[in-house]
Amino acid sequence: MSPEPEPLVALVGNPNTGKSTLFNALTGLRQRVGNYPGVTVARKSGQCDLGPAGRVELVDLPGLYSLAAASPDEQVVVDALTGRISGDRRPDAVLLVVDATNLLRNLFLASQVAELGVPMAVVLNQADVAREQGLRIDVGLLSRRLGGVPVVLASAWKGEGVSEVRRAIAQALADRRLAVRATWPAPVAAALDEVTAALRSDLGVEPTAAEAQRTLFDAAGSTAVRFGWTGPRRDLVLRSARDKVRRGGYNPFAAEPLAHYAHLRVLLEGVVEEGGAARSASAAVDRLLLHRLLGPVLFAAIMLGLFASVFWLAKFPMGWIQDGVDLLRGYIAPKFAATPMLQSLVADGVISGVGAFLSFLPQILILFLFVGILEDSGYMARAAFIMDRLFSWCGLSGKSFVPLLSGFACAIPGLLSTRTIEDPKARLATAFAVPFMSCSARFPVYALMCSAFIGPVYGSGWESAAMVGMHCVGLLFAVPVAFILTRFVLRVRPQPFVLELPRYQLPKPRDVLWRMWQNAAEFVSKAGTVIFAITVIVWALSYFPRDPAVADRARTAEPSLTGEALERRVQAAYVEQSWMGRFGKAVQPVFDPCGFDWKITVGVLASFPAREVIVSTLGVTYSLGEGAEADSGQLRTAMQSARWQEGPRAGSPIFSLAAVLALMVFFALCSQCGATVATLAQETGGWKWAFASFATMTVLAWLAATGVYQAVIRFAPPA
Amino acid sequence: MTPVSQLQPGQFGKLAHLNPEREVDQRLMALGLLPGMTLKLVRRAPLGDPVAIEFGGQVISLRKAEAESLLVDVAADCPVQRPRGTP
Repeated sequence: MSPEPEPLVALVGNPNTGKSTLFNALTGLRQRVGNYPGVTVARKSGQCDLGPAGRVELVDLPGLYSLAAASPDEQVVVDALTGRISGDRRPDAVLLVVDATNLLRNLFLASQVAELGVPMAVVLNQADVAREQGLRIDVGLLSRRLGGVPVVLASAWKGEGVSEVRRAIAQALADRRLAVRATWPAPVAAALDEVTAALRSDLGVEPTAAEAQRTLFDAAGSTAVRFGWTGPRRDLVLRSARDKVRRGGYNPFAAEPLAHYAHLRVLLEGVVEEGGAARSASAAVDRLLLHRLLGPVLFAAIMLGLFASVFWLAKFPMGWIQDGVDLLRGYIAPKFAATPMLQSLVADGVISGVGAFLSFLPQILILFLFVGILEDSGYMARAAFIMDRLFSWCGLSGKSFVPLLSGFACAIPGLLSTRTIEDPKARLATAFAVPFMSCSARFPVYALMCSAFIGPVYGSGWESAAMVGMHCVGLLFAVPVAFILTRFVLRVRPQPFVLELPRYQLPKPRDVLWRMWQNAAEFVSKAGTVIFAITVIVWALSYFPRDPAVADRARTAEPSLTGEALERRVQAAYVEQSWMGRFGKAVQPVFDPCGFDWKITVGVLASFPAREVIVSTLGVTYSLGEGAEADSGQLRTAMQSARWQEGPRAGSPIFSLAAVLALMVFFALCSQCGATVATLAQETGGWKWAFASFATMTVLAWLAATGVYQAVIRFAPPA
Repeated sequence: MTPVSQLQPGQFGKLAHLNPEREVDQRLMALGLLPGMTLKLVRRAPLGDPVAIEFGGQVISLRKAEAESLLVDVAADCPVQRPRGTP
């Protein structure tokens, strides 16, 4: 490392311009992913070798169409380019990535960036597509019109022109040439002066031209807020300045695009020569994929394939991980045989904790493989177009579909994929709804209950109906929750659904795999540590205190038991008097209205880190050992014969129809997944929403379970 | 003047009016949709909403309710494809 910091170059461009592909090509995957302070926007940076010109740090800013900052992503770009992010430098140069097939639209952003007064280089990317469309671009003329800033043609996808891009960056840093700026009509220029003067006198800051423009032009006012400029005085100044623009015959919110586009039309005069018919293959593909009838059918087929992969294909690697973890436990545990406490900590705490988050990786990797392909190909935008109507009414968006669907396999990949939703309000509401989806970890609970209590009594028809019904419960609750959340609770400004349906493109395997890897790595390093910690804490709660007297009492109480059966009885006795067991007994009255006895309550409590634990916990409390499986006949028999020991229900079965339905509904709704809560915190940028989700789901689960139990014991005929 | 969402699929219109105070309109202006520009309603989503419009070499999806302030003059000089079953 040299003592002098490397120059910082920011990559800026519209979405779908191949910006990230170029970033990967320039950095060769020597990248670091972090977060901008206070927002859930990833900061991706990497080292780029410019050859003789040395090295630069390249930062890939989120794709955007305009600097008018309405979303957190856009605000980050404005702040990063103006050097107003704490701990981050102002870029020494900007590399503008432009879609060569649509210069006018793409250069609008360039024209806004030119106002920042930062040296600039322009890449006309996707030059191969432009060539296919018969477009001829006079690069030299464009460079001259822009005031001599370097302009190069490239196709990052094909790896063409990447070394020219490196030279352009070096040239921009050496020459420090600024791009030609648009001219503002007199009344707009006067209003900008007014805003600049007010910022100077009120705050003592010297705003750049771009910052004055953002303050005047952006209705959302986030740049003014960033300066700490609020209150009636700001409103007065802005109203007066905007009135000045209006009196001059311009709308203050239309003046900026009008001025830039007028400037660009002159600038692009004669730059692009259109030759031949530009036949758009995308339009033809859309005629098929967005067809009124065929479109939804193909959509359903694609989504079914995605779901089947996440749900079914992931089972194999998850099985291998489980086997590996078991193997490791079998290998390591005997080494600690001398100290049972340490042995249990290692086997049931540490190794289980690692296994707990590793087991999510296959689903995350597979989902992100699909999401990457769908996004990079351009189909994701079409999927949102098809589905938007079904989701928009309750405040979600068409892009909520993939996260919700994958939630039926597992909430973790579902939550991670909410990143594809641009609108922060819809993103948060979707993240809130995803954990309600009936994930595959709920399946063993339903299977145990239905096969033990519904099937034998009411027949397999009702058993299947109950299974299907349970999978719908979460959805039935999630929709109203999302509706209430977006309508009455969330104070996040929604963004209108203005979505580009980009040109279809073949995804680049390296980009897709790299993003998949980055997402998995981020999950392991952030949520993974929390999941690990929760597993170890819950292990401790159900292990301690470990008074040997408990074991002795259990042995003397039932002298007839020997060997394995006795060991299991001792285990059950330990769990009963552990902190978890004591807590379960203490709070059982809370769950009494749901019809849960203390054993179920302990099971429910022990399942908060991971709901599937209920089966093995019931196995332990019913003295069957931890190996009890959902399909284990022993556990079923033990549960079927369980009776209330005392109280008004003494002698009646604990697992009545009412209690079974209540328990399943409770599991359908309750937030019993430490990984989900940790991932929610990671994705929403804090514990506030994670806690809100946890509380909402748990309270709803209790209310619904109580409602079901009380209704069934009153109205249902006895079985 | 008709709202842009009432164009028939394949029909062209000239943007006659938008409301710069609205966020949707601001975003579309940034994409280059300015008064006087010709646009085409490419298609409606299978459920009727949103609609996809094409202008300046790009296709953009818009919700009908959010696009209500965009008014167009139906262009007579552009090729109009009428959907089957309409006069």
